[in-house]
Amino acid sequence: MKTYDIVIVGGGPAGLAAAVAAKEAGNDSILILERDHELGGILNQCIHNGFGLHTFKEELTGPEYAYRFIKQVLDLGIEYKLNTMVMDIAPDKTVTAMNREDGMFQIPAKAVILAMGCRERPRGALNIPGYRPAGIFSAGTAQRLVNIEGYMPGREVVILGSGDIGLIMARRMTLEGAKVKVVAELLPYSGGLKRNIVQCLDDYGIPLKLSHTVVDIEGKDHVTAVTIAEVGPDRKPIPGTEERYTCDTLLLSCGLIPENELSRSAGVSMNPVTSGPVVNESLETSIPGVFACGNVLHVHDLVDYVSEEAKRAGQNAVKYIADGCKEVTGDNVIELCATDGARYTVPSTINKERMDDLLTVRFRVGDVYKNSFVSVYFDDERVMHNEKRILAPGEMEQIILQKKKLDEYPNLKKITVKIEKE
Amino acid sequence: MLYDVIVIGAGVTGSAVARELSRYETNVCVLEKCEDVCEGTSKANSAIVHAGFDAAEGSLMAKLNVRGNEMMGDLAKDLDIPFKRNGAMVVCIHKEALDGLKDLYNRGIANGVKELKILNREEALEMEPNLSENVEGALWAPTSGIICPFELNIAMAENANMNGVDFRFNTEVEDIKKGEDGNWHLRTNNGEYVARYVVNAAGVYADVIHNMVSADKIHITPRRGDYCLLDKTVGGHVKHTIFPQPTNLGKGVLVSPTIHGNLIVGPTAVDIENKEGNNTTAAGIDDLIAKAGDHVRNLPIRNVITSFAGLRAHESHHEFIIKEVDDAPHFIDCAGIESPGLTSSPAIGEMVGNMMKDMMGLKEKANWISTRKGVKKTEGLSVEERNALIKENPAYGTIICRCESITEGEILDAIHRPLGARSLDGVKRRTRAGMGRCQAGFCSPRTMEILHRELGIPYEKITKSGGKSNIVLERTKGEVSGS
Repeated sequence: MKTYDIVIVGGGPAGLAAAVAAKEAGNDSILILERDHELGGILNQCIHNGFGLHTFKEELTGPEYAYRFIKQVLDLGIEYKLNTMVMDIAPDKTVTAMNREDGMFQIPAKAVILAMGCRERPRGALNIPGYRPAGIFSAGTAQRLVNIEGYMPGREVVILGSGDIGLIMARRMTLEGAKVKVVAELLPYSGGLKRNIVQCLDDYGIPLKLSHTVVDIEGKDHVTAVTIAEVGPDRKPIPGTEERYTCDTLLLSCGLIPENELSRSAGVSMNPVTSGPVVNESLETSIPGVFACGNVLHVHDLVDYVSEEAKRAGQNAVKYIADGCKEVTGDNVIELCATDGARYTVPSTINKERMDDLLTVRFRVGDVYKNSFVSVYFDDERVMHNEKRILAPGEMEQIILQKKKLDEYPNLKKITVKIEKE
Repeated sequence: MLYDVIVIGAGVTGSAVARELSRYETNVCVLEKCEDVCEGTSKANSAIVHAGFDAAEGSLMAKLNVRGNEMMGDLAKDLDIPFKRNGAMVVCIHKEALDGLKDLYNRGIANGVKELKILNREEALEMEPNLSENVEGALWAPTSGIICPFELNIAMAENANMNGVDFRFNTEVEDIKKGEDGNWHLRTNNGEYVARYVVNAAGVYADVIHNMVSADKIHITPRRGDYCLLDKTVGGHVKHTIFPQPTNLGKGVLVSPTIHGNLIVGPTAVDIENKEGNNTTAAGIDDLIAKAGDHVRNLPIRNVITSFAGLRAHESHHEFIIKEVDDAPHFIDCAGIESPGLTSSPAIGEMVGNMMKDMMGLKEKANWISTRKGVKKTEGLSVEERNALIKENPAYGTIICRCESITEGEILDAIHRPLGARSLDGVKRRTRAGMGRCQAGFCSPRTMEILHRELGIPYEKITKSGGKSNIVLERTKGEVSGS
């Protein structure tokens, strides 16, 4: 088997953007491994519009957005293998993969870019009581069946969870002729984008019931009805608030989980908040030369940010190889902390020597905050104080750090991001 | 067609009986109301091969449990199914209950259970560090084991089928009458079946079937048990099967590794009326989580990947009823087969087989095949072994189920074998595709494509598990004309 400098695990938006950036940064030895039968990842089933406003300044569908990058991959002659499952990534960056034609093969890579994306939390992990019939789908599985395979799961739909895929599927199922009766959300706020609530639910008169969950699923063979109930502040159902909906389909959009089995077995340190790898300013994990980007790193709200992040991962992988594959250690490591409503930051550490002039730090908040401030502290000194009319868990936030600003604080140990009322 | 024997039910009991009968020169048919074997009590239980200390001394249950446990090692080898004697501990957490442990030990000895031992607190904690702080002592039963109930059931049925036993699925017995010809006439939704002998292995419906032919009525109560199955990452939380001390409702909530490396927690015990009532309840799951923490510390319950409920076929006297029905000659009951029914199934098969051999004067077949090869598994194969397999059949190079690393080759094997899979659950129980942490979110569209291609089943007709459990309803926009 041919060897490669950079192996990219996953040919979705993150993997594609990383590959293009790595190639443009001067590395010609790149291989993308993709488990599906075409490049593009989850975007292929996202046939709705709204992609690319930041990257291309125009509104594209998912497949169109993906194709912009696929075309670059093809034009640049970047190699890729489809229908290929990566089975293992060893700590020494040997990637083991398998497909029908090549069998099982191993590539000793100089750098690995993790771009595996995420998966949906299934019914089982939610402990929803009731029967276990056909007709229960994660929203993304239903999206694949409808948009790619061309089959309708059912005609009368209840959706649990208001993640973006659930919202998008509420609209899709409606457009395909189904009746979406209700979207129930356990939390007192939606985990999806505001624009999706407006465009996918409000515009179609689909009720969103916050602080509600499914308490029973009926139907021995196939779903026949679902009962939802209001939950209290402890998130336990309140007796007497049950409402029964006859339906044949229950869609679940209850959170996305970065797909990090390979990262874990490689020995990459994980962030328990994001369920993604801990990374430094170069998007490099705890294993030197292993980079992470996209939803495998932390779940994004917009693909534009995935592409931007992945571009940096690709460039940094090339730089790592060009610099001789050395582990960069330094005393000058600044820790990034999220507190007071900010849940996490990506990255978790900054090595000033390796930092670009501008560094985007992304984070999410843990609750809805109105008329609040995103504050940044350099050690104990507040250096940024940006007023925000609304902050919500469904939308990813960012701050931009300037290297020259950090240079003014030579002994800086810790940067803290927090949400403040004033 | 006149059969010598009709077995009603293709769960572990019916399949074990069918396999034993397949040793003899006799024609046997198994009638199953569901679309596959292993669809009732057999599919949802603790998957434990019990040692046999729990059943009442002198009971048939005790005898068949101990015998079934003894048989399991060789049977698992013959039928190529994974089985491991991981040992069980009955954990006492109250000083005043230590005598109960001793009683259990004595009962086990009387039942013929080997190698039992009482452990003190320190010994118990040394063997199993994640036991509760409150442990006072434990009964140690090294012969207890873990097995895959699906594979045991499927393997026995496949082996019976290889040896000439017919299986009729989606065939529900609605009535049974003794004909003037002296044979049993079974009315089903798929026409009439006639047999000289009938074996009733109908699980929670064994009372309904029995009561069709006997004036001496029996009653089977479905006793529901909720379970949680936890991710493989926490499968090693305990090494042994951890039981609380038993109560009159059963063996209590156990915590155990499964043969495939998950952690199982359960069951609860709630008597219900509905024989199809295998729905989980919030109260049941809450109860389960509360109880499991009594004996095992830091139980990683957040790592649950699925919860499910099973129904035990509880007969009022808590004893197996395995005999020819007094007022219905040539009709043999296997009723009240609740825990330890899975463990006992090979022994039940043996007992019924011997009984019928004598009753019917059966002769052994010269060419009976005692072994069966399971679905060829790729997990744990070396790169060279994988490549040899892929060279022979490229389908082994395509992963369909990401979580459990199941290849297309394994799924094809599961479909194209005796009594092969025809549904998503059928594939799942034969290969584990869809049984991992994403619970078939990734693989189900891919498995549907394979079922469609291999069996010619239209997408709309592909089911989760037969009946009306179709996955999709119809095409979104109808067939494209001219295609």
